[in-house]
Order: sequence, then structure tokens, then C-alpha cells
Amino acid sequence: MDELQKTILDHLEQEARVSNAELAVMLGTSEQNVSQAIAGLERDGVILKYTAVIDEEKLDNHDRVQALIEVRITPQRDRGFDGIAERIARYEEVQTVYLSSGSYDLMVVMQGRSMRDIAQFVSSRLSTIDGVLSTATHFVLKKYKDQGVCYGQTSEDTRLKVTP
Amino acid sequence: MKPADRVARHVAALPPSGIRVFFDIVSDMKDAVSLSVGEPDFPTPWNISESAIYAIERGHTHYTSNAGILPLREKICEYYKVRYNVSYQPEEAIVTVGASEGIDLALRALIDPGDEVIVPAPSYVSYAPGVVLAGGVPVSAVVSTENACKLTPDALKKLITPRTKAMILPYPNNPTGAILTEEELKALAEVLLESNVIVISDEIYSELTYGKRHVSIASIPGMRERTIVLNGFSKAFSMTGWRLGYILAPQALITPMLRIHQYVIMCASTMSQYAGLEALRSGLEENFATVEKMVAEYNKRRRVIVDGLRKIGLPCFEPEGAFYAFPNIGATGLSSEEFCTRLLREQKIAIVPGTAFGQSGEGYARISYAASMDNIRFALKGIEAFVQSL
Repeated sequence: MDELQKTILDHLEQEARVSNAELAVMLGTSEQNVSQAIAGLERDGVILKYTAVIDEEKLDNHDRVQALIEVRITPQRDRGFDGIAERIARYEEVQTVYLSSGSYDLMVVMQGRSMRDIAQFVSSRLSTIDGVLSTATHFVLKKYKDQGVCYGQTSEDTRLKVTP
Repeated sequence: MKPADRVARHVAALPPSGIRVFFDIVSDMKDAVSLSVGEPDFPTPWNISESAIYAIERGHTHYTSNAGILPLREKICEYYKVRYNVSYQPEEAIVTVGASEGIDLALRALIDPGDEVIVPAPSYVSYAPGVVLAGGVPVSAVVSTENACKLTPDALKKLITPRTKAMILPYPNNPTGAILTEEELKALAEVLLESNVIVISDEIYSELTYGKRHVSIASIPGMRERTIVLNGFSKAFSMTGWRLGYILAPQALITPMLRIHQYVIMCASTMSQYAGLEALRSGLEENFATVEKMVAEYNKRRRVIVDGLRKIGLPCFEPEGAFYAFPNIGATGLSSEEFCTRLLREQKIAIVPGTAFGQSGEGYARISYAASMDNIRFALKGIEAFVQSL
């Protein structure tokens, strides 16, 4: 990956909704260079998806519950943790699966319509997978910061309107 | 008795700051988008703010020594060595209440009644009044946008008289965004080394340059002994409200400034000093990654502003430092004042008329890009609509 691609990634992580033309101006290069660089990043699977960070508290009928589930598993011969991790990742309800160091093996983030929904999923789908030793479910009560964005903080400019 | 008649004549005669006048108009318009702010829009990095909180918790709420806490002065010296390759001892540093106090101390320590001080124009609003308050006579060195607002050796040479005590060297420059390269500083130094002029180098924007690194005139051979370096934490670390700056100068010049400082200020805010210590400590440790991240952000906005203004048809020389663009609005047929007042009333966009920085700013406006990209985009659209409506 070249220097331009790195700079472009830095920017897109902050603001993905920017035109190639404007990005070219910002970075002092040509629009063609920018579109080539982004096409390369997409082709190589560096950029997987462009998405939006949503404060769900602001939704009128937000009825989604999120849970962080610690999962301890027995690694499989040949495949290690990958087999079970990939199997868990296939469920649509599961948003994130990380292999982590520490007292458990997988950190699974999942979303459901209710706590019951999630409890149901954990007991009937997750813990019944061969090789899963135990699970511990933590429901998310409140978000303070997600993907670099602080929640509930106004972005109001407190500076004086004119200063020398 | 009328109290107003008892005000010192030279103070009563000081004109009100042009910025202040404009501020009053802008304040009336609550929903105006402002690109007229001379301070960073980033919050102070949290590790810096937190270190001030810790300082208070640990009871650092008393006076410090007049010059400022030693660890901070040591770090300031290390910083100038690492970043700008100039060596100072902690005894050659004073921690001040912003670089603003530094300007005042330097001028008061140097000026005898009637002494001349060369001040590039247009420039920051405090220099000329500071000279007047110290009993001196400001002499404007008008710079031209044709020369990217750089002070030239020829212009400087012509202004030096037997009464010239000092000159102010404010680069990277507010309001023009101009910088001086090492070669340009060397050329100025050649003139200065043949004179008795002391240089007051205001380097408050030293971290904010785009492409070329800042060079301090004190690093030019022979100049350290006749230079007073002013700098501070406001712009580099987004710490304007902490009011923390510093002076670096040879002992012979530091001693008189410290004398004034100890009588009128005592010391800079103690918790701010601990915050400044953290700013430099963490900065030196991480090779100023946080600062450079901010600079990269400013740089993007700078390019968008300059490109946008040129597309609108307002000529704008390439600013290489600070966070201001200084477009020429002369072709619109409006004065700076008219342009900015009408832009505010018709498009609700606030930028500062060039004349706020002296008469030589006529025909120009200062646009600060210490503003969010969204506000910059909005402002460019508004300026375009306004210019097209003329």
C-alpha cells in the first residue's frame, strides 16, 4: 500500500461520504489518482464496506438489544479456533467475532430485538455448538463511545465567533 | 471631574481593535457560520487537560517561581533544541501568560521613549498598540501578496534608522499565512547583523506549517544573541484558554524581561504550567504525532479553501503556515469592510476584513480554516453565491 492510499484510508475512516474530486483537492493530488487508489483498496479487500455510525437511542422505536458474549471453546485439531469461530460468524444476528487473549477465547457481539431473543440464541444455538465450553453474556446498557465517536456530546463550538 | 478625562492620553488615543468592532456585528447574528476565529477548533488533547486536573488534586495551586517551574523550562529548552535546533538553558526561558505577555515584556524591556520598532503589515493586531503603550513608534513594513507577504531584506534595510530599536518578525503569519524559509531568513539576517536591531520573533504558529518545516531566526548564525523568541502552547496544542506561552532569549535580555514579569504578573497559572509540561513531555515522546495529525487536518482544509477561493475567482496566494487564507477581494469593487459586512448580512458567513490588521489589509479578507470541513464547504458556497450576486 502506498502513501496516498494510507492517507486516503485515514480520511475515509473519518468521513467516507466525500467525493473523489474533493478528496483530490484535500490531498493535493489528481482525481484520477484518488479513484485509482480507492479502486485498488476495494479490489484488494482493504476497504470492505462504507457504513454509517448510528446513535440508536435517537431512533423512535429502537428495540434492539446488544450483548457482548464471552465464549470459551476447545480448539480443534488442525483448525484451532477458526472452525468454531467461523461457524459462529455465519449467524446473521452476530455482528462481530474476535479471538482474544485472556480468560476466554472468543468475544462475540450480537444484536437481537430483546434480551429474551439473545438469551434464546445463546442457549439454543451458541452453547450447543460442539466444542463450546461455556458462555457469559453481558448486555450493553449504554454506549458512551463507539468507533471513535463520543455519544451524547454536543459538537457545539464554544469559541468566540471572532478572535484575532 | 469627568473620569474619562483622567485617562492617560496615549491610552485614550489607542484606536479600538478592528476585530472587536467586527465581533460586535457578528455577535448579533446568532446563526452565522464563523470562519473568523483565530484559535484551533480541536479540543485540548485529553492527556494534557487531565494533567492539570492531577496538578490541582496534588495541591499544585500556589505561586511558582517567577520564571516558571524548572521542569517546564527544561522541556521548553529541549523542545527548541529538538524541533528548531536552537540551544537555550532553562535560565534563558520565562514562562508567560500566553505569547501575548511575551510581546508586551519584550517591547517594554527594549523601548525607550521615541524608539522605533519595525512591524510588518498587515499583521497581528497587538504589535503596533504594544509598541505605542511602551512609548515607542511603530514603523510599518508593508508586505505585498505579490511576494507571498514575505518581508524582504530591501524593504527592511530602507526602514532601519538610528532610532530603530527592534523589529517584530511574525512568521508563520497571522493574518496572511506566509512563512519565511531558511534562505529568506538568512537574507534578512545579513541586513540585521549590520545593525543594532533586536529581533522579536513571534513563532506562535511554528508547528503549523504545510510542506516546509518552520525555521527559527535564532538558528541562523549570529542571530541568537540578538533575538527574543516568543512562542506558546495555544496553537500547537490547542490550548488557547490555558494562557500559556514562553520567551527564550539570551541572559542579557531575559533578565530585564523577568524583572517586569515578576512585578506585574508574578507567574503564569500553575496548573496551566503542569498542562504545558505534559504537552511537551508527551509530544517529545511520541514525536509530535498528535500535533502532526492536527496539521494534516488543517492542510486538507487549507487546500479546499484555497482551491475553492480561486475557483470563485478570488486570487489567493498559497498560505504555507498558520491557519488562514488571505484572498484578494479587490476585483469585486467592494472595500474589505463592505465585502465582509455584506457577506455576513446576506449569506450569514463571518470572515474578517483585512483592514482589521492595518490599513495595508485593504482589499483583502482573512479566512480562518480552524473550522470544520462542513462549515468550510458551506462558507465557500456562500462566498460564491455572494460574489456572483455582485
